[in-house]
Amino acid sequence: MSAAVSIRGLRVVRGGREVLHGIDLDVAAGGVTGLLGPSGSGKTTLMRSIVGAQVVAEGAVSVLGLEAGSPPLRSRVGYQTQAPSVYADLTVQENLDYFAAILDVGPERIGETLRIVGLGEFLRQQAGTLSGGELARLSLAAALLNEPEILVLDEPTVGLDPVLRRDLWATFHALADGGATLLVSSHVMDEAERCDRLVLLREGAVLAAGTPSELRTATGLDDLGAAFLALVEDSGGRVP
Amino acid sequence: MSPRRTRATARRVLRQLRHDPRTIGLLLAVPCVLQILVHELFVGRPRVFQSIGVPLLGLFPFVAMFIVTSITMLRERTTGTLERLLTTPIARGDLLAGYGIAFALFAAVQATLVSVVSFGLLGLEADDRLGIVALAIGNAVLGMSLGLFASAFARTEFQAVQFMPAFVLPQILLCGLLVPREEMADWLRALSALLPLTYAYDALARLSAGEIDARFWLDVAVVVGVTVLALVLGAATLRRRTP
Repeated sequence: MSAAVSIRGLRVVRGGREVLHGIDLDVAAGGVTGLLGPSGSGKTTLMRSIVGAQVVAEGAVSVLGLEAGSPPLRSRVGYQTQAPSVYADLTVQENLDYFAAILDVGPERIGETLRIVGLGEFLRQQAGTLSGGELARLSLAAALLNEPEILVLDEPTVGLDPVLRRDLWATFHALADGGATLLVSSHVMDEAERCDRLVLLREGAVLAAGTPSELRTATGLDDLGAAFLALVEDSGGRVP
Repeated sequence: MSPRRTRATARRVLRQLRHDPRTIGLLLAVPCVLQILVHELFVGRPRVFQSIGVPLLGLFPFVAMFIVTSITMLRERTTGTLERLLTTPIARGDLLAGYGIAFALFAAVQATLVSVVSFGLLGLEADDRLGIVALAIGNAVLGMSLGLFASAFARTEFQAVQFMPAFVLPQILLCGLLVPREEMADWLRALSALLPLTYAYDALARLSAGEIDARFWLDVAVVVGVTVLALVLGAATLRRRTP
């Protein structure tokens, strides 16, 4: 299987501090890859590097065989930022009208996308009056409009109620079944179960990568949270 | 650049304004009220109003669009919508042109309204009223492009609001409206020659006096040139990659 994202020796410095210390990582095409790690482990920085929004100190990031952030990728990679990045003073419909025009898709996609994220009945509501979870789903909808080949979603389920979270994960797998590659970050270990593959990030380095069952076998532990802890301890508690 | 994306951006900016009727009301009413105030202030000296009424009419849209644009663009930067947009195929030119079209349209409404009040109600006289409205719209676009550029240097909305007195007020003081430039100290005159509003003011003053000479066209050229320069510099601050 070819890699959708391929990262070699990625170093990123933010605010005078190195936050990613030479990452080597391949994200396989297709399926849902979970990027897990505690807050501050560098998940957002890694995702920003993949979508080409991050100034990189050193290393190479290639996406679908092209340099990350290069113009042909801008319509093939969808990105949902951690904070909902939509216009609070516009309605749901107006927000998606705008992003649909930017992404060159027809208005029929707006209805389809809203059905996917379950916001159909909110069409005329102003985004600023939506709840946190609804706002996050609107932000996700904007990333889904043009059915990108790669979806980079930064903590899309944070703060959502369990039913909604389950539904969204079902949506992610449906998108993956449709041929998309999803990279989804989370700081909640119980979401690891729902991923096809996992990348565990800690203090700016990859601690482990593989399928959930590979991680279980490697650590001899059934619980992925416990496996994560065991991997941290194996690495001496600290990763340089 | 793509016409569809430019148009969509202009429509989006206008829709954002439409959802804020209070701001629209303030932007439209305040210049009219100020113009009425100035008229009443100099009611005993009508020649003063005749000489400053036209420049004021043409400078209101500049001030208004400077503030509105610097805050709107700062919001795009701080809420993450700019980061999202810059990961999509939109060209930075689409974004800037969209803003320019939206605010120029709004400035046209603003300038027309102040014109109707000034020329119709307050008895202001000028030769080429349409030309003055056109200059007012041009000044609005100048204010927009400077506001866009200035927004890159503000981290918070408090700072962006302070750019009004910092960037705009000195230009109003030195443009020749309060004291003719010939009467200024040499260093102040030299300083005022560096400020774009000086040329915007001079163009308005010349047009209202019917002096469409080489100097007038030089003024217009400077205003257009500074607008383009500020847009280019502003575009350079919209980085797809940020630290």
